[in-house]
Amino acid sequence: MSIFVDENTKVIYQGLTGSQGRYYGLSNRAYGTNVVGGTNPKKAGTDVDGIPIFASVADAVRETGANASCIFIPAPGVRDAVMEAAEGGVEFIACITEGVPAHDEAWFFNKLKRDFPNVRLLGPNCPGIISPGRCNIGITAGHIAKPGGPVGIVSRSGTLTYQALYELQQQDIGVTTCVGIGGDPVPGTSFIDCLQAFEADPDTKAVMMIGEIGGSAEEEAAEFIKNHMTKPVSAYIAGGTAPAGKKMGHAGAIVSGGKGTAQAKMEALRDAGVRIGLNPTEAGAHMVDIVRSL
Amino acid sequence: MDLYEYQGKQFFARFGIPVSAGGVASTVDEAVAIAERVGYPVVVKAQVQVGGRGKAGGIKLANSADEVRTHAGNILGMDIKGHIVHVVWIEVASDIAEEYYASFTLDRSAKKYLGMLSAQGGVEIEAVAEENPDAIAKIWVDPVDGLTDAVAREWVAAAKLNPAATEGTVDILQKLYRAYTEGDADLVEINPLILKPTGEVHALDAKVSLDANSLFRHADYEAYDATQVRDQRETEAHEKGLQYVGLEGSVGVIANGAGLAMSTVDIVNQVGGKPANFLDIGGGSNAAVMAGALEVINNDPNVRSIFINIFGGITKGEEVANGIVQALASVTIDAPIVIRLDGTNADEGRAILAGHLSDKLQMAPDMLTAARKAVELAGGTPK
Repeated sequence: MSIFVDENTKVIYQGLTGSQGRYYGLSNRAYGTNVVGGTNPKKAGTDVDGIPIFASVADAVRETGANASCIFIPAPGVRDAVMEAAEGGVEFIACITEGVPAHDEAWFFNKLKRDFPNVRLLGPNCPGIISPGRCNIGITAGHIAKPGGPVGIVSRSGTLTYQALYELQQQDIGVTTCVGIGGDPVPGTSFIDCLQAFEADPDTKAVMMIGEIGGSAEEEAAEFIKNHMTKPVSAYIAGGTAPAGKKMGHAGAIVSGGKGTAQAKMEALRDAGVRIGLNPTEAGAHMVDIVRSL
Repeated sequence: MDLYEYQGKQFFARFGIPVSAGGVASTVDEAVAIAERVGYPVVVKAQVQVGGRGKAGGIKLANSADEVRTHAGNILGMDIKGHIVHVVWIEVASDIAEEYYASFTLDRSAKKYLGMLSAQGGVEIEAVAEENPDAIAKIWVDPVDGLTDAVAREWVAAAKLNPAATEGTVDILQKLYRAYTEGDADLVEINPLILKPTGEVHALDAKVSLDANSLFRHADYEAYDATQVRDQRETEAHEKGLQYVGLEGSVGVIANGAGLAMSTVDIVNQVGGKPANFLDIGGGSNAAVMAGALEVINNDPNVRSIFINIFGGITKGEEVANGIVQALASVTIDAPIVIRLDGTNADEGRAILAGHLSDKLQMAPDMLTAARKAVELAGGTPK
């Protein structure tokens, strides 16, 4: 099993005709993802390497039965693109685009919650989601992930996620689903959303969590793990030695007013029984231990 | 992007928030000219992005041109907690009856806007929150609803301000909310928000931080970007479009991905070294980007060794290795380099690098070994 997406997920790409959208849309299709279309109002009726282009998400959904969308639209158009996807009828939206203004994110997060409570938004500024062997939506390199299980991964960072997938693959350990929730201040999908889904997924037996400085999402996740999770969790938090007040690459990775430190996050997670690695390799080794003793 | 007080006040004024008449000066003569124009008494205020200006002697009242000359002369060039004062803001002095506090920021946990209003202004809000949390009236605004007049009135009532300040504060809060949302700010803060003896409410200070991701719809914010406080290294990196944060140590760090770059900085610290910087070159294998990153680090006089930490995902190891080799051919690097290359086709990548190894270019199989090597090359004793 997997969470959020599987081999039946039919995906369209908003921005398939752009260079990034084309590259990753075709990569995802080559991986085996059920890519059914793209959108571009000016190029409706054409195709990208055989993938039909529609004028709108609504048209694409009507013609193809698509139930997911992946957004590669440049940041100024993301607010409209997210709403077009929800209004067009998809249930799952992965927004890869980075550089989206925080006010746009706060607005469409609350708008979706109110008017489209059954639509799941992942991102913005995220690598996407992969259920190895079934479906890969976004920019993750599919070949570094071993299909199957028993590990579920949820992460705020792209490269550190790839490293986690790769290290588990090297140890012959499979992954049910790997979700990149992204590094922005208002992520559409939270750690808790993913932990909850992994807890409910019978094939996921353990969860690896990769967090970073800024905000309090890791502390909230720790509270959830303490009260609601039976499955073992290992975690790594990046940015333990980052200076206060500086954005470390990601818009959301900032320690401000003494809040959002890696130390506080690690403490909260440790208190919830999570095994903490002090670097990505150590966190990976913890997960290998956990899996071997399942 | 953090604004100086004078920029914050100009920003507020655009949204109709009342601020004191004044002007910005970088010389004593300019300061006097502004004071003559706005009328005495005036306040001469150091423009630095750090708290505690008043205590450091960076804010002075002046009743005459001579006093402006003296104070501006002292304050210009002053060092306040490591920040040199290059400009002063001169504004007409205000009579103060009461001092309040007002702000909007994003509550990342609630995913809504948090508004804070307090009858205890003019002091650090963190101290008020600590000692007397009930003195802060908080509201959470759903961005879809916005701030309605009714909610603003209830909020002001809850803060128990002087009733004379009610109308003026409701008006300012609505303007402040517009400045926060339409202006794409991460933070707008007025401390103190003052009630004058004459009954007017007025912003006596301005703290504003803008979202750099919103530049595409605020072309005029380029001017704010140009006045950001950056050291020479950060300026150079910013011009090259690199995600760079300057640190104090001697191990230069280059990694692909923000998470991996943070992690690399952490691991250098963990093994007993001190990183000189955070630098994320993003995905891809572009030799020009790598060359630019190496140049920035090479120009940092504190750097004694360089740790390049690359994990290949979609980008294959051999492409990354070729990018590094090309970059090294185009710039002359003084400090020795340690490379850790892993991920997709790492073996092929390492084989390419193997032909170029020397005392100045070493390879390590994993992050920990690479970090220790880099710390040792920087003259430290790795743990």
